[in-house]
Amino acid sequence: MAKSNEPIFWSLFSAGGMMAALFLPILMAITGILIPFGIVPSDVLGYDRVHAAVSGNLIVKAILLALISLPLFHWAHRFKFVLADIGLHSIERLLGVLCYGSAIVGTALAGFVLWGV
Amino acid sequence: MSYRRPIPATWWLKRRPYTMFMVRELSSLAVGGYSFFLLYLAWKLGQGPEPYAAAIGVLTSPVSIVLHLVGLALALYHTTSWFNVTPKIIIVRLGDEPLPEPVIAGAHYAAWIAASAVVAWIILGI
Amino acid sequence: MAQTMQLEIFRYRPEQENEPTFQTYEVPFDEEWVVLDAINYIKDEIDGTLSYRWSCRMGVCGSCGMMVNGVPKLSCSAFLRDYYPGTIRVEPLDGFPVERDLVFEMEGFVNKLTSVSPWIVRKEGEKKPLEEGPYKQSPGELSDYKHYSMCINCMLCYAACPVFALDNDFLGPAAIALGQRYNMDSRDQGRDQRQEVIAAHKGIWKCTFVGECSAVCPKDVDPAGAIQRAKVSSTADYFLELLMPWNKSR
Repeated sequence: MAKSNEPIFWSLFSAGGMMAALFLPILMAITGILIPFGIVPSDVLGYDRVHAAVSGNLIVKAILLALISLPLFHWAHRFKFVLADIGLHSIERLLGVLCYGSAIVGTALAGFVLWGV
Repeated sequence: MSYRRPIPATWWLKRRPYTMFMVRELSSLAVGGYSFFLLYLAWKLGQGPEPYAAAIGVLTSPVSIVLHLVGLALALYHTTSWFNVTPKIIIVRLGDEPLPEPVIAGAHYAAWIAASAVVAWIILGI
Repeated sequence: MAQTMQLEIFRYRPEQENEPTFQTYEVPFDEEWVVLDAINYIKDEIDGTLSYRWSCRMGVCGSCGMMVNGVPKLSCSAFLRDYYPGTIRVEPLDGFPVERDLVFEMEGFVNKLTSVSPWIVRKEGEKKPLEEGPYKQSPGELSDYKHYSMCINCMLCYAACPVFALDNDFLGPAAIALGQRYNMDSRDQGRDQRQEVIAAHKGIWKCTFVGECSAVCPKDVDPAGAIQRAKVSSTADYFLELLMPWNKSR
């Protein structure tokens, strides 16, 4: 049987899953509850503060890139299998191209956008 | 001639564990969706103060709040389902005895609390 | 009047029907009876044409797996009293092609088992001569694989696996767990040859970790855990080989 390249996608999926498990609930709580309901002032994510933290700081940019990119690969992997599982099994290869392709495009965009900040 | 039973696309509604599996897999929509939201914020950040302030202003809209709450529920399900299976994957053996499963899962929950605290400290300054 | 119970049983007789049907039988209800007892009663007293597999009646042989109300069970371990007074629906294990009534094709499963070389493999020149005695193993080394060795090949894990149902070529839970049983054995050196089958597209990488294979396993083999651990070690292999191509183990 053919040697599989799946370890590349699976490790990105796993890293993204771990990243999302650790960081998404608190981030979503901040942007979805704490700020809109006024529990914390919206200046915590104000332009001056965030721009100062990100601009010119490669480490912060790298962290943000990972925070955007890895969960995308996590989504791509799971979503591809979900679509295959509900009957699109015959076009699994195409689903892979579309899902992982979106994650790659998203990563490239994130890199480009963050570079410019 | 052997008979192959057809599998309907709704097979995952047949039993609760399969349904919860599907919910777990679909939680990835919240995970990926939030990445696109962060990407959007980063894009606006690069455009300057006004576009960025407008993007942050969207957070108070009902649509954003509803999406966030649904996303948060799915993200919490992702986190717990992810950590709960870690003992199946990570086996740490000290001497002849493997570490008990609650220790492995517990370590991940502790890391989650620590990570959340660090994020809260960095962003909220508390 | 003595209590009775109804069983709806999947019937498929290829010489007389193209589509399966369900046939309802009424059997005496006995607190101590399991589903297999009821089916044996049907075979002996009501309808001798019903076909199914069974042997030991005590949860050891792994022959009598059936879907009982949609859940894969050893029919010798599923008590009628847990379903009374409802109706029990009995079907052949999910995912497998049905040969006749509750009998399904298991040739594919048997071939998968042999494909993972389920025996201790020693490299050429590293076989210990008989007179030097057995390979020694510590209790800790034994515990690495012991639970995987408890498998009775009942195929409940396959019946619980939607991935297998959707693609019968998936190597599947029991075969991968059996491969891991030898991979984790300190006396074995055959992992490389098993990886050809296990770390392939139709092997571990088809698994989406539904986890039901472990949930239905009557022997707590935990095939789902075996598969995830194989994913981790195969991924480690993959990147090691990428980083150090000269250090190939084969």
